This record gives sequence, structure tokens and C-alpha cells, in this order.
Amino acid sequence: MARELSAVLDHIAKIGELDLDDVPPTSHVVELTGALRPDEPRPCLPRELVLAQAPAVSGEGFLVPSPQA
Amino acid sequence: MIELSAFDAAAAVRDGSLSSGELFEAYRARAAADRAAGEDGLNCFTWVADSAPDRAPASASGNGAPAALSGVPLAVKDLFCTAGVPSQSGSRILAGYEPPYTATVVERLTEAGTALLGKTNQDEFAMGSSNENSAFGAVLNPWDRTRVPGGSSGGSAAAVAAGLAPWALGTDTGGSIRQPASLCGIVGMKPTYGSVSRYGMIAFASSLDQAGPLTRDVRDAALLLRHMVGQDACDATSLEFPEEIALPSAERLDGVRVGVPEELSGEGIEPGVSEAFQATLARARELGAEVHDVRLPHAPHALSAYYVLAPAEASSNLARYDGVRYGLRAADADELLDMYTRTRHDGFGAEVKRRIMLGTYALSSGYYDAYYGRAQRVRTKIAEDFRAAFETVDFILTPTSPTVAFELGERTGDPLSMYLSDYCTVPMSLAGIPAISIPCGLSEGLPVGLQIAGPAFSENRLLDTAHALERALSFDGSAARA
Repeated sequence: MARELSAVLDHIAKIGELDLDDVPPTSHVVELTGALRPDEPRPCLPRELVLAQAPAVSGEGFLVPSPQA
Repeated sequence: MIELSAFDAAAAVRDGSLSSGELFEAYRARAAADRAAGEDGLNCFTWVADSAPDRAPASASGNGAPAALSGVPLAVKDLFCTAGVPSQSGSRILAGYEPPYTATVVERLTEAGTALLGKTNQDEFAMGSSNENSAFGAVLNPWDRTRVPGGSSGGSAAAVAAGLAPWALGTDTGGSIRQPASLCGIVGMKPTYGSVSRYGMIAFASSLDQAGPLTRDVRDAALLLRHMVGQDACDATSLEFPEEIALPSAERLDGVRVGVPEELSGEGIEPGVSEAFQATLARARELGAEVHDVRLPHAPHALSAYYVLAPAEASSNLARYDGVRYGLRAADADELLDMYTRTRHDGFGAEVKRRIMLGTYALSSGYYDAYYGRAQRVRTKIAEDFRAAFETVDFILTPTSPTVAFELGERTGDPLSMYLSDYCTVPMSLAGIPAISIPCGLSEGLPVGLQIAGPAFSENRLLDTAHALERALSFDGSAARA
């Protein structure tokens, strides 16, 4: 995998060839403003439905092994 | 009845000459047979419905008339969440996951009258160009079963091409609808970014992913797209499409100016594809189009920028797969970090791991500006290149894929050679503009795709242009349905 990743990185490095000093970055292709909704609580997924998919459950939450102390 | 397009089938159900139940069962039986055939099938489906839905869907107006899409069955790529139905995005790490909700676009299409036929196979987490990266095994190309159908929406494309589904939903991040459509000889379209809600689509790269139709013809693509577009409160990147998607009717291209970029149609395109592409340009001229040369100077850097941006976004989106809340959890992990690492080691395939590592590296401190920062600037230049080109032409034409369908196993040993399949499609993804692939001929018996790209929100004119060319080309895809 290291060899494969190196080959890909070499290819990607091509973007280093370009002169991009005065170019603004694009994070969103479409300019959208005001996409937020009012800060009002709404019903969400019922807890039982969400926990139904869990590998392990304890009471009201997901059960996982403890992190190493 | 499987020879009918989705449009014609819907019309037949509405006028009473075809029962939606019979139509569903005809496809369901074919899909189930392919699944049951195991290695002797195409492996298009990861799940198939047991039976038809209870009753024919009625229109929202409540007047008893059938809904617009009249019960026509729809195959849906595995990564769309479908409540109570397995949705794994082609990955082991989501084994057993049955979502508690349904993707907005699937809900909208169900309300419009489609019926869920099955979930289709795909490259894992939509990462791939051959459907060889799936935890469910490779999909085969119905034109030649020793070859790939393309990816990542390979299952959807092969299912439509083989007549196992009248139409299908796919997703396109760097070409994953258009390229398999091209390799399978069908129509596939990526709409303007933001046109279709991504809510409920298991994410790969959020600034690039878009759902779109895979169909037998351009009119079916327009019909499906019409019921997919629209703003969704659950997707903050979605927007209202400025007009209704119309069904195309154009038969001529008089007054239409098309541009051919040397960067995406010259060197690197294999001779048979080039020939079919040039023949298509001649047809366009016969229909009255003006064909011009255009330049997209930064297009050669699009693939490099894409393979920084998409993996970077993927590394963030795939961080949620940790064995805690759903899907696979590595057994016998008695410590939390061990559980995370073993789950991800066991659950992700090689290509996904490659991209997560690339993406994490590109975003890491000290490398962010050299990779991610630069790639975002390249993206700006590519979008500018298209805007400039569209000042002189209405549409840009390229081959969809540099080659026809390649052999299974041919490129799996060399990730870079696999990434090159997306050379012609990635620039449009980076720019967020709409693009469609239609079959335009054969090279050594295998389908060649034509890509038509237009400015943002030009879908109606784009579909009309594609329709006129489709009519003139008269591509016959029936060999794949035999």
C-alpha cells in the first residue's frame, strides 16, 4: 500500500506546477446563503429505533468497551 | 413488457393496458433470478423485493388517478438509505444495517409513484470506476461478462442495460453515473450540484456527491429527474431548481453551438472511442449544430485536484464508522481504541483505506496548504475555465470515458490507472455543472459514451440536445438485454 500511495501522491503533486497565488479557494461550488433553519426544537428519531441498530446497548445508550486508563 | 421504456410503461399502466402489479413482477422475477444465479449472474443486486407493493400508488390529488410514475419499478443504489431495507454502500462495515429512515430522493420518487424493486451493487462507499471494490463482489458487464460495467454505480448501470430494471438511481461524485452508463451503453446524468437532496445518501464527498438517473433513453432520464429535484430542508446544500424539468422533444440542433476541448478529447482517448466521438460530431453538424474548438486549460489538473479533495472529504465522512452505533463491530475487542481500529481494519476494503489515508494526509497540519488548499484553488480555475468556454458555446462535448469497458482485474493492481477512467468526467464534477452521457456507438462490439456538459441549471436545454442526438444516432442496446 505504501508503494501505491506514493504513486498516487506523485500524480497529485502535479497541482504544485500551477501558479495559483491570487486564486481564491472554492469550498462550495454553488453560493448559498441563509440555509439555516430557525432554532426551534423538532421531533427527531425515537430512541428505540436508533438503538435497534446498535451492536450493544446499555439502558438508554450505546454500550462500548472502556478506553484504556 | 420489459422492452417498454419507463415512460411507455407508465403510460400503459395509466391507460389500463398494463397492470402495475404484472409489470413489477416481471422485473422482480428477472432481478431475483440474477441474484439467485450467483456467479452465473451479473451480480447487479444486493437486495431484491419479495413481492410487489400492496396497492398501486395513487396521485397526491386524491382523485383516484395513478401517480405520475404509475408503479414503474425502480432499482436504487445501495448507498441510498431505505428504511428497513439493507443499505450498506457496498461495504462490510455496514453489514446488517437497516436504516431507520429513507433518503429524501427515494421518498420523493415513491410519492411520485415508483416502487422499490431492489438495491443495486456498487463500489464500496462509491469509491471506484469498475464495481470491483464491492464487499458483495464484482458486477459483470452485460455486453461482455469478462469486462467491468464501470463504477461506482455499476450495479445500477448493468441492471438497466440488461433489462433487469426499467430505470435506476445512482450517484456521481467524479463520474460514477456517467462512466458506467458509457461502459454499459445506456443514459446516465449528473445534475447541477445542489439540485437533488443528499439527505439519506451515505456520504462519500459532500461537495461533489449528486444523485441522478440511469435509464434506457433521454426521455426517461428527464422523467425521473423531474421528480428528484428540489430543495430539501434536511440538506443545507440543496436549492430549488429554477424551472420544471421538461420532457425533451428536440429533433434538430439548429443554432446550437457545441465546444470540443482538446484537453479532454485528444491524447489519451483510445482510437475506437475517438472514431465514434468524431462520427458523433459529424452527426451533430448534420443536425445543424456549430462545432467549435474550446480550451479548458486546467482540465489536465482536474484529476489531481479531485484525488486530493474527494479523499479529504471522505476521510471526514467515513470517521463515523467505528463500531459504536451501527454496522460491524469487531468481536472480542475489550478496549475502545482497539475496537475502533479493528472494526475499521476488518470492515473497510483496500481502496477505501487508501483514500482515507490520502485524505487524512492531505488535510494534516503542515500539508494542508500544499495539498487541500491548492486543490481548492485548482477547483476555482476549472470552474472559471468552464464559465469562459460557455461564453462562446452552449454545450461542451467529450467522450465520457477514454476507453470502452476494460477487463475484470485489468486495473485493480494499479490504482492510478483506475483513476484515469474518470479523466473526462471529473472536471464537470469539480465545477458542479450538469452533464449527461448517452451511447453514441460501438468500438469492437462495446459501447462508447458521449458526454454533453452544460452551464449550471441548463438541464432542460441539455436534455433536448441529448434527445436530438440520441434520435439521430439510433443506438441499439437490445443485445445486452438478450
